[in-house]
Amino acid sequence: MAKKSVRQAINEALASEMRRDPRVVIMGEDIAGGMGAPGEDDAWGGPLGVTKGLLGEFGRDRVLDTPITESAFIGAAAGAAATGLRPVAELMFVDFMGVCFDQIYNQAAKFRYMFGGKAVTPLVVRTMYGAGLRAASQHSQCLYPMFTHIPGLKVVIPSSAYEAKGLLIQAIRDDDPVVFFEHKAMYDEEEEVPDEAYTIPFGEANITREGDDVTVVAFGRMVQFANQAADKLAKEGITCTVIDPRTTSPLDEDTILEEVAATGRLVVVDEASPRCNMATDISALVAQRAFSALKAPVRMVTPPHTPVPFAADLEDLYIPGPAQIEQAIREVAA
Amino acid sequence: MSDGIHAIVMPKWGLAMTEGMVAEWTIEPGAAFSRGDEIADIETAKITNALEASTSGIMRRLVVEPDEMVPVGTLLAVAADETVSDDAIDAFVSDFQANFVVEETEEDSGPAFEHVTLSDGRNIRFLRQGAGGGPTLVMVHGFGGDLNSWMFNQPVLSEQFEVIALDLPGHGGSSKDVGGGDVAAMSQAVLDFLDAADIASAHIVGHSLGGACALHLALTKPERVASATLICPAGLAPEINMTFINGFIEARRPRQLRAALELLFHEPGLVSREMIDDVLKFKRIDGVPEALKAIAEAAFAGGRQSHVMVEKLSELEVPIQIILGASDQIVPVLEALETRAGVTVHRLEGSGHTAHMEAPGKVNALIADFVVAASG
Amino acid sequence: MQLSREDLLKAYRQMKTIRVFEERLHDEFATGDIPGFVHLYAGEEASGVGVCLNLNDNDYIASTHRGHGHCIAKGCDVSGMMHEIFGRADGLCGGKGGSMHIADLERGMMGANGIVGGGPPLICGAALTAKTLGTGGVAVAFVGDGGSNQGTTMESLNLAKVWNLPVIFVVEDNGYAEATSSSWAVAGDAVRRAAGYDIPAQQVDGHDFFAVNEVAREAVERARAGDGPSLLHVKLSRYYGHFEGDAMTYRDPDEVSKLRQDKDCLDLFQKRVNEAGLLEPAQFEEIDRDVATLIDDAVASARAAPVPSAQDLLTDVYVSY
Repeated sequence: MAKKSVRQAINEALASEMRRDPRVVIMGEDIAGGMGAPGEDDAWGGPLGVTKGLLGEFGRDRVLDTPITESAFIGAAAGAAATGLRPVAELMFVDFMGVCFDQIYNQAAKFRYMFGGKAVTPLVVRTMYGAGLRAASQHSQCLYPMFTHIPGLKVVIPSSAYEAKGLLIQAIRDDDPVVFFEHKAMYDEEEEVPDEAYTIPFGEANITREGDDVTVVAFGRMVQFANQAADKLAKEGITCTVIDPRTTSPLDEDTILEEVAATGRLVVVDEASPRCNMATDISALVAQRAFSALKAPVRMVTPPHTPVPFAADLEDLYIPGPAQIEQAIREVAA
Repeated sequence: MSDGIHAIVMPKWGLAMTEGMVAEWTIEPGAAFSRGDEIADIETAKITNALEASTSGIMRRLVVEPDEMVPVGTLLAVAADETVSDDAIDAFVSDFQANFVVEETEEDSGPAFEHVTLSDGRNIRFLRQGAGGGPTLVMVHGFGGDLNSWMFNQPVLSEQFEVIALDLPGHGGSSKDVGGGDVAAMSQAVLDFLDAADIASAHIVGHSLGGACALHLALTKPERVASATLICPAGLAPEINMTFINGFIEARRPRQLRAALELLFHEPGLVSREMIDDVLKFKRIDGVPEALKAIAEAAFAGGRQSHVMVEKLSELEVPIQIILGASDQIVPVLEALETRAGVTVHRLEGSGHTAHMEAPGKVNALIADFVVAASG
Repeated sequence: MQLSREDLLKAYRQMKTIRVFEERLHDEFATGDIPGFVHLYAGEEASGVGVCLNLNDNDYIASTHRGHGHCIAKGCDVSGMMHEIFGRADGLCGGKGGSMHIADLERGMMGANGIVGGGPPLICGAALTAKTLGTGGVAVAFVGDGGSNQGTTMESLNLAKVWNLPVIFVVEDNGYAEATSSSWAVAGDAVRRAAGYDIPAQQVDGHDFFAVNEVAREAVERARAGDGPSLLHVKLSRYYGHFEGDAMTYRDPDEVSKLRQDKDCLDLFQKRVNEAGLLEPAQFEEIDRDVATLIDDAVASARAAPVPSAQDLLTDVYVSY
C-alpha cells in the first residue's frame, strides 16, 4: 500500500480489470492519443492523463481512441455492452452529455426494462465534472442529478483516491450501466490506496466523521470540505456526522435517515445547481421520513442558480466551500 | 541509555505511523516504575494505546506536553536513577534533541515489506526487523489480522532479536488462496515460509489462530521450533465465539464491525474508527471474503474448533508458554494448563483476546525472557 | 450465388408472415384492443427478409420504430411478438416494451427503437463486440429515410469506417418520414453520403427481394472478410400510414393501391419464382395456410393471455440494486 493520487487509483482500477477480464475495453477521445499522427503514440493518455500507459499494456484493440463523436461512441459502448463486452467509455466532460444523452438514458438505461429483463448492459461511462479549474460554463458542471433521475442508471461519485479505485472496479464488474463521476480538481489528491483489486459496494454510504450534533451529507469533492468544517467545529464542541453516500443511485437512504434520527439536524452539501439536485432530493427524503426527528430546518449548501462563471474571483464565489458549510452547521446547531 | 539515563521516545506502532501525541501522562515526575508499567496514553491517527515502560527506573523528566503532535522518535521523557544529577539530565535532553533527526517516511524509501514465494507458488508478505545473528522470532497473527497486529511488539522485540512478522495466506499482503483453510493448512504455510525464507528454526509467537499454528508446528515439526509462545491461542478447546467469527466475516458497515471487534478487547474503547476502516478495507480486497469464509468453514466447522490439541501438550519436546487474557471472549480461558509438564502459563488481568495489544509491555517482557531462556 | 430451394421457401414464408402479421395488426388495432403506437412494415418485406437471409444468430441487427418485419426476419418468435404488442405478461418483453421495443438478443435482435436514428451507434457497438471477441459476426443497422438525416447515423458511418467495423447500414427509404417526403427532407442521397465516408454503397429496388438479397450478401461478405462497413439505400413503399391512425392525407389518394398493384414484393417474388420454375404453386399455398393459422393462433392466444401483474412494474430495472 502506498499513497496514490485519484488519477493513479483510477488508472490502476482500469488496468486491473482489463487484466482480469478480456471483455473489458476502454474507449474515448484521446484516451491514448496520437492516432494517425506522426508523433508519439499514447501522446495524451486521456485529456488529463488518467489512462496513460494502458495502451502499452493492452494495445489498440482494447484501448480505443475515438473521433470526437460522442453520440456514436457512447452508443457503440452501449451496444457493445448489450452484446458481450464490458466497455468503459470516457465522456470527457459531463457537460458533453448534451450530444450523446439519448444513447445513455433512452438506450443503455432502458434496455433491460424494455426488453423484459433479458438484456444485461455492463457499461461504465467515466466522466469529469465539477468547477474549480476556470473551465467556465460548458466544462464545469455537476450534472449527476440528471443521471440520477433516470431509472436504470447507477450513478457513482467517489470522494477520494481509495474510494475511486474500489468504486470503479465495482462499476466495471456491475452488470448495470454506471455513470462514474470524476471531479477534475481532485485528480492529484493522494491517499493510501491498496495495490490489490478491491470493491466498494454501491448503495452503502461511508460515514467519514462521527458526531452527535449535526448530520452533514456531502457528495464528491464536497465530502472533504464537509470533513474540514466538521473537524474545525469539533474543536469548539460541535460534533458532526458526515455522510458520503458514494452513489446517488442507488442511494443509501437508511444511513441518512438513521443518522438524522440520531442528531435531529441536517445539512446537505451539493456542488450541483440548486434546483432538483441531490440536496433537494435528500431534504425531501428527510422531510417525508424523518420529519419528527428534526430539531431545526434542513440547510442546503449549494452554488447559486447560475452557470459556472469563468473569472477566478467569480468561480471561487460560486463553489461551496468549508466556510459556507461551517456557517450552515452553526445555524442548524444553534 | 547513557550513564544510567534512559530516553523514552515516541514509539512507532506500525509502518504507517509517522507521528503521535501524548494524550496524558499517567506517571508523575519523580515516581518509580517497573518494566511493563503504563506511563502515558499515546494517541495516533490509527489508535490510542498505553505506552508501557520497556525498563524499570525513576521518571526524572517529562519533556513533551500532552496534546502536542510530535514525530516518531521524539524524546518524550527521561528516566534515570536518583544518583543522576538534574544537570546531567538537562545535558542529556539538549544533546538528544540536538542530534535528533526525523526518520524518513516509508513513502520515500519504499515499504520495508518483503515477499517470498512458497513452493506451491503462493506469495507471503513479511516484515523483518532487528539484527540477525541472535535468535529469530517469527510472529504469526490470528484470524482476520495481519502483521500489523504486532505493531506494539515487533518494534520493541526487534531491539533484542531478529523479528519476522508474516501475513498468513488470505491475509494482509499475502496470496488470498488459503488452501484447505484449517489449522494444518495454515501451519503448513508457515512451515513453507520458513523453508522459503531459509529459516532453519525459529521462536514462534502466535496469536489466536496463529497460536494454534505455532502449537501444531511445535508438535509436528519440533526441529523447526526453538520455542513457542501462544497468545490467547486457538487449538486448546473446542469452543470458539462464532458471534465474533461470523460478525467479522459478514459485517459490511462500521457499526456492525465495531460490535464484532469490541469482542476482541477487554477495553472496547480501544476499537478505533481507523481500526474499523482498516478491517473494512481489508475485507473488500479481492479474494478476502472467500478466504475468511474458507478458514471459518475449515477451522471452525459447525461452530466448534476442528483442531483441538490440549491433550498433546504433555508430548511437547519444545519449550512452550501460553499467555491468556483473563477477559478473553473469543476462546475459553482454560484452567489447569499449568499441571502439564513443561508448559508455562500466564494469565493477564485486564486483557481480552488481544493481550499483545492490551498489555504489550508485559507480553513483550514475557516473550523476551522466554526466548532468552529457551535459547540459553 | 443461386439461392437454394430452402432459402426461397424461408424467404417467402417470412415475407408472407410479416405481411399477414401487419395486415392483421391493422385490423386488430382498429378494435381498440392494442395500446399505444404501432408502425406497420407492410409493403417493405423484401428489404428486411432480403437482408436478414444472409445473417445467422451470431449476427446482430438494430431496428427502427417500424420494427415488426425486422424482428420476424431475424427469427423472433411471432406469437411472442403478438403477445408483446397486446401488452401481455408472456410477451417477448414481458409486456414492458411493446411494439416499439421488441427485442430478442438471443436471436441477435437488438430492439426496435423509439428514437429515430437510435440504432446505428448501438450497432457499431455490436460490431465492435464481434470484432474484439472474434465471433465472426456482423451487425446491421436499419434506418429509415428520416433516420438517415440524424446526426447519430452520420456519426456512426464515420465511426464504423474509422474503426473498420463489420457493419451494414440499410437505409429503408419508403418516401416518407412521418408526413414529410424524403424528396424534400433528404439533401443529396444516401449513396453519395456514404461515398463521402469512403463507404461502399449501392441503391437497390426494395420491392425486389432478389436484388436486395444480392447486394446485402455482398455487403455481409465484405463485413465478414474484415473489409469494413457498407451502406444499402433501399427504395421501397409502405402500405399504411406512419402510425396506425394516420389518415395519410399527405399522400396521393390512389398511391398505395397502385403500389399494391404494380410493386408488391410478394407478387414480384412469386412471379419470378414461378417463371423460373423454382417452386410449385402448391408450396406457396401451403405456406399461406400455415401463416394464416400462425397469425390466427397468435392473436387468439395473445387476447387470452394474462396481463402483467402489479409487481412486474418494479422488476427488470436493474440486474441488482
